[in-house]
Amino acid sequence: MICDVCGAKESSVFLTEIVEGKMKKVNLCESCSKAKGVDDPTGFALADLLLGLGAAQEIEKGSGAAQRCPECGFSQNDFKKTGRLGCAHCYETFGEGLNSLLKAMHKGTNHTGKVPARISRLLERETALKGLQRDLQKAVAEENYESAAQIRDQLRQLEAPTESAEAK
Amino acid sequence: MKIETVFAHPSDWLRGDGPHHQIVISSRVRFARNVRNHAFPGWAKKAERSQILELIKPQVDDLPEMQDAFSEYMQELNPVDKQVLVERHLISREQAAKNAGSAVVINRRQTLSIMINEEDHLRMQALRSGLQLKNVFKLLDKVDSALEQKLDFAFHPKLGYLTACPTNVGTGMRASAMVHLPALVLSEQINQIIQAVNKIGLAVRGLYGEGTEAMGNLFQVSNQTTLGEKEDEIITRLNQVIEKIIEHEQNARQLLLQKRIGTLLDQVGRAFGVLTHAHSMTSKEALNLLSFMKLGVDLGFFPDDHRPVIDELFMETQPAHLQKSSQQKLQVEERDALRAGIIREKLKQFPEPDIGQKPESGNGTTEKPDDE
Repeated sequence: MICDVCGAKESSVFLTEIVEGKMKKVNLCESCSKAKGVDDPTGFALADLLLGLGAAQEIEKGSGAAQRCPECGFSQNDFKKTGRLGCAHCYETFGEGLNSLLKAMHKGTNHTGKVPARISRLLERETALKGLQRDLQKAVAEENYESAAQIRDQLRQLEAPTESAEAK
Repeated sequence: MKIETVFAHPSDWLRGDGPHHQIVISSRVRFARNVRNHAFPGWAKKAERSQILELIKPQVDDLPEMQDAFSEYMQELNPVDKQVLVERHLISREQAAKNAGSAVVINRRQTLSIMINEEDHLRMQALRSGLQLKNVFKLLDKVDSALEQKLDFAFHPKLGYLTACPTNVGTGMRASAMVHLPALVLSEQINQIIQAVNKIGLAVRGLYGEGTEAMGNLFQVSNQTTLGEKEDEIITRLNQVIEKIIEHEQNARQLLLQKRIGTLLDQVGRAFGVLTHAHSMTSKEALNLLSFMKLGVDLGFFPDDHRPVIDELFMETQPAHLQKSSQQKLQVEERDALRAGIIREKLKQFPEPDIGQKPESGNGTTEKPDDE
């Protein structure tokens, strides 16, 4: 049997693991098994490796033209080899293919946990801005100019700090 | 703090005084983090890697938790020193293989260790004795919150923390407990447990080896997924599962005591006999025998105040710890001989296993007051 990772050498390491009820098998040649740390049970999860293998195919399906990450130059082939991405921007570049992959490997596709305080402030502001803009449109449509004026003032206030920060 | 200081003091998590410490050796939580606008360590060129390192390391060194810490570039550590840190679970094997461009910072009590430029820019972990995942998480969360004020972490509103491997994206968190399950292994229930735990999306692995082959009857239970669940939800779920595993192990121990006391005594007695008389011992054999000694202490065959000796031996008989203590390069046979010697020496003061509920009257040796 040919090695599932390099696709070149004859495999000599055969692994089976049951992940969430599903049996997964992978065949590796000796050098790939060493490279993937199969001989190190603490650092190695077959699941990770399997997901990595499937991931390369998923990414290929999804990304079409975008062969390389514009930020870091990482390619699908590199992902196939390493099972790791090149930079944070790769999540955008290979987004489509990654999405179905993430769906298969995780509980959900949306992060619900911790958010860095700085980003959480940004996100809050963005949500508030969007909400106010919607209210403003509605007020204008309803020809409720008094409340439209109020909303516009609130919007200006909210937008002010970043503009001054960007101006510096 | 120098590396010798690290080696001279056993890690806090090894002291074995945490909750449920008889079965849960340690609790560990790690976060993976990356800074924005830089390639991940595995893809970054050498120059960028050292740039990232010099951006992150001062901030880590500056943490209040890292006062008087051990902080070193990987290329400054020799292979044996690195391996000792691996055996103490303070760095990963992957980090041990790194040289220039990577670093590690470990706090004085060895409960917090931060690797820079491992698979991700930051791999930070907190580690404590016994089952205390929530406390461990709290410590690490605090450190993370302090660092995020200084470092701009790569974060996506939908995907969460972005990591080099898509298996870590989201919380970037892996929480795990190291558990000692000799009775579940002896009663051949361990594979059922492993399968049941796998079904609910958690992973069980032999700490050294797989399934029933696991050396020293030591296993690691951890979360498998990182996206779509909050950190505290993951911790709570893991905690519940581990409490169940503790319960099963305790039941299995009671059952062995009631139904298969002969097997149990035989295992503990043989472990004691071999450990106190062998002149050559591999680390695998040592781990397996020490596991039964530990079980013997848990079940009261040995007095509880002898527990630390066994706990220390688990670590001191590991290859790099041996190498370090001998101060010279050892061949495999020399190492096995040295290991056996250390164990014999340490167990010299160890009393014979006390069977406790003697089937017949015997001659009251167990009640003999220690008036020597």
